[in-house]
Amino acid sequence: MYDLNFFLQQLSNGLTRGSIYALIALGYTMVYGVMKLINFAHGELFTLGAYFGYTILVTLGLAGSLGPPMAIGLSMIMVLGLVALAGHLLERVAYRPLRHSDRLAAVVSALGASIFLQNAIMLKWGAQYRAFGADLLPNVVFHIRNFNLPLVRLLVFVAAIVVMAILHLFIHRTRLGLAIRASAIDQGAAKLMGIDVRKVIALVFIIGPALGGLAGLLVGLYYGQINYNMGQIYGLKAFTAAIIGGIGNITGAMVGGLLLGLLEAMGEGYVSVAWKDALTFVVLIMILVFRPTGLLPERVAEKL
Amino acid sequence: MTQNNGPPNGPPASAPAKDLARGPALNQTNQVNHLANNLANNLAPELNGSKTNPILAILTGLGLLIFAFLPMILAALVGRSTPYWLDVINTVGLYTILALSLNVILGHAGMFHMGHAAFFAIGAYSTAILNLTYGWSIMATMPVAALAAGLVALILAWPIIHLRGDYLLIVTIGIVEIVRIALTNNIFGLTGGSNGLVGIARPSLFGFRITSPKHFFYFIWIVVGLTFLLFHWLENSRFGRALKFIKEDTVAAENMGVNTSRYKLMAFVVGAAWAGLAGTIFASRMRTISPESFVFSESVLLFTIVILGGKGSQKGVLLGSFLVIGLPEFFRGFEDKRLLVFGAALVVMMIFRPQGLLPSKQARYKLPPAWADRLAHLPKPEANGSNGPGPQNSVAPKKGP
Amino acid sequence: MQILSLSSLTKTFGGLVAVAGVSCGVERGAVVGLIGPNGAGKTTVFNLITGSIKPDDGHIFFSGHSIRGLRPHRIVALGIARTFQTIRLFQGLSALENVLSGCHCRMRSGLVASLLRLPGQRREERLVIERAMEELDFVGLTGLWKATAGSLPYGDQRRLEIARALATEPKLLILDEPAGGMNEQETLELRELIKLIRKRDITVLLIEHDMGFVMSVCDQVLVMENGILIAQGSPQEIQNNPKVIEAYLGLDDDD
Repeated sequence: MYDLNFFLQQLSNGLTRGSIYALIALGYTMVYGVMKLINFAHGELFTLGAYFGYTILVTLGLAGSLGPPMAIGLSMIMVLGLVALAGHLLERVAYRPLRHSDRLAAVVSALGASIFLQNAIMLKWGAQYRAFGADLLPNVVFHIRNFNLPLVRLLVFVAAIVVMAILHLFIHRTRLGLAIRASAIDQGAAKLMGIDVRKVIALVFIIGPALGGLAGLLVGLYYGQINYNMGQIYGLKAFTAAIIGGIGNITGAMVGGLLLGLLEAMGEGYVSVAWKDALTFVVLIMILVFRPTGLLPERVAEKL
Repeated sequence: MTQNNGPPNGPPASAPAKDLARGPALNQTNQVNHLANNLANNLAPELNGSKTNPILAILTGLGLLIFAFLPMILAALVGRSTPYWLDVINTVGLYTILALSLNVILGHAGMFHMGHAAFFAIGAYSTAILNLTYGWSIMATMPVAALAAGLVALILAWPIIHLRGDYLLIVTIGIVEIVRIALTNNIFGLTGGSNGLVGIARPSLFGFRITSPKHFFYFIWIVVGLTFLLFHWLENSRFGRALKFIKEDTVAAENMGVNTSRYKLMAFVVGAAWAGLAGTIFASRMRTISPESFVFSESVLLFTIVILGGKGSQKGVLLGSFLVIGLPEFFRGFEDKRLLVFGAALVVMMIFRPQGLLPSKQARYKLPPAWADRLAHLPKPEANGSNGPGPQNSVAPKKGP
Repeated sequence: MQILSLSSLTKTFGGLVAVAGVSCGVERGAVVGLIGPNGAGKTTVFNLITGSIKPDDGHIFFSGHSIRGLRPHRIVALGIARTFQTIRLFQGLSALENVLSGCHCRMRSGLVASLLRLPGQRREERLVIERAMEELDFVGLTGLWKATAGSLPYGDQRRLEIARALATEPKLLILDEPAGGMNEQETLELRELIKLIRKRDITVLLIEHDMGFVMSVCDQVLVMENGILIAQGSPQEIQNNPKVIEAYLGLDDDD
């Protein structure tokens, strides 16, 4: 059973899953880099993205009226926009008033926002699982010798990678990206250099949630079903990925996400399905014991 | 401020003293500031010593008395639903014990620990396993449960205790997840998997079996009181001060001779052991335990109780438990909207009261009589050494008595 | 007899040499000044002695024992106490509690005694408060024992830091720019205070930029430049040392 095909199966699965983690992790790491705050509500923004996608594609039946490719493309754009808006509102309501107070107060505010959003989603869409429907994407599977690669897996992976590539260019090639990187390294100095840190914070609270929301939609497409509290476990894993990569480090979040996805898929395939999550956290602890600030260290020029 | 042996000719107001003391180091202000400080020292002996405001003391005593008869009072007020309300109050009590133990780690030592449910679980399962498999009596399992939780905390925290704030946070979340997964997967074939363990015995004290909510009310709240007292003592001791120094400035604490990593570790172990002890009470009260009772969100709940109450302050923690655990029971009618409101309330609370409801106050110290006496007779202008120009002792400070 | 001796002490930070083979000694009972231009590596030497950072090479002997590689709290227990260049009081705590932090290493009550408030623990608490008050009194802050450290004026904060360090019962007291930010009057009082400290048989090692202060208070002066010890001797010798004049005094014409 443990042959090459099995390995490739786990590898492709792990990469896809990892790319989703990476997308979510980016939101954590960007916000943390600039604000030094763990946005506990980020997992719920991810869930929100999944439900917005569900509403657009299934409830409103966009997939039926436009055809799958157009509908999915359009829904991605709409989810990006809607969750970005939600993220922006979240920042204004729950975080901006706390910018100058104690860090623990901000943590609890974030936890409160998380609980609020999770329950709001449950009240709006219900506590049961929601299915995206099997006919949404053509059930195409590529066969390469014995190795099977479902279209959806490829699609999710490619979408996540493309978005991350665009983000990478944005962060490294534009003035706004530079402002984000500068604010992450030293807010005070950034301010002195004429960077409007408030704007930067607002910006990361638009980009981060948008990416998280998109990840939610991709999870819906990939696994076919979503649940109101899935943000908790995905959020936790993605945050772990961000830490593994060195929180505040954008490249680190991408690498950390992919690594975590691979680790999980391999753990699931070769160790035990029941213990795979424990394995994730054991590895996290091991990494932090030996490299207390993650694999790609926090304080490097590359840092966000 | 009830008794007044203040200086005869001092300015009347002592209330502004605090505000002034925070003022900028302007010469004018300083003098007033120091005068006011002296005044404050002399004015209220209860601030110097352990005496507290008598009205407050009477009210507290009255409150405790009412609380002691709560089962009877409830019976008179709500009749048949007394057991239900007692259960609610018992749950509050249990969470208070847990939150007080977390408070040692998070509130006193300032370590971001969001995995307290793990140690609670280890305590509960230790009791359950010892009772069910080996037939131990519940009370006999209690020290073992505490020890087991403390030992696991020691082993787990050893390598991670040096991690900075948020890294420690995520690792402790990791710990609580690992423990939950281990319990769910029936580790060592002892934990009963996701079904948990069923049929745990009731505790008995000196031959008296604790069974009803009323029994548990007294049992749990006596433990709450004990916890309150012991941790109050701990807080106001060499150990507790060391934690306070670590929280304020770890580098300075280490440089003043505090073995910071050892104290952090000890705080972690003490908090965990106490959570283990609470686990014993929980297991014998519920009689059935399963991994669901020890999930991450339980840790989050405890975390919010401590911060909401006012981190470090035991009274704040008590209030926090009542608000977070008790208050929602009054809104049972709104079942599914309760958590929604709770989440929003947390955000609002933190915006308007980021320091928590009852933040801890400056510790009080009682001066030896000789010193108190000296302070009372300290000539005002010479009291404070150098504070810029103005009336002051021109020569160097003098040696002690 | 030398209470402290450094031999070929070296520390580099990512290729930048902060301290390059410093060897020197401090006589017991002396007041020794360590001077040098900014970035000369003075504070790094202090941090090496107190264990805050580990040397790459060299040895540190205190009262004849090697203290290299020991953690700061161990070094404090052996009898070296310090203050910080940027005041590092426990800002939110009272003056008394700040001094109590210094007493910590001379106390014995452990966890169990504290948790159960055993008689021995209570006795120790009483004694230690008395001890702390004595140190507060020594620096002239008696009346401010209850004041929050962060609310004190700058000069008082410096004194409180010294009281806190003295509470550790040091044999060697290390002061990092104790007169920094003080006005003339306060500096004058500080000078008196250091004389009193010395009378308690405590050796003092201090960094200071105020040359008048250093020359009037120190028996011996060490001069560092670019991580290297370029001169040592009595204040007179240092003032007349051409190397020092060139490297240091020449640059700082306001002294």
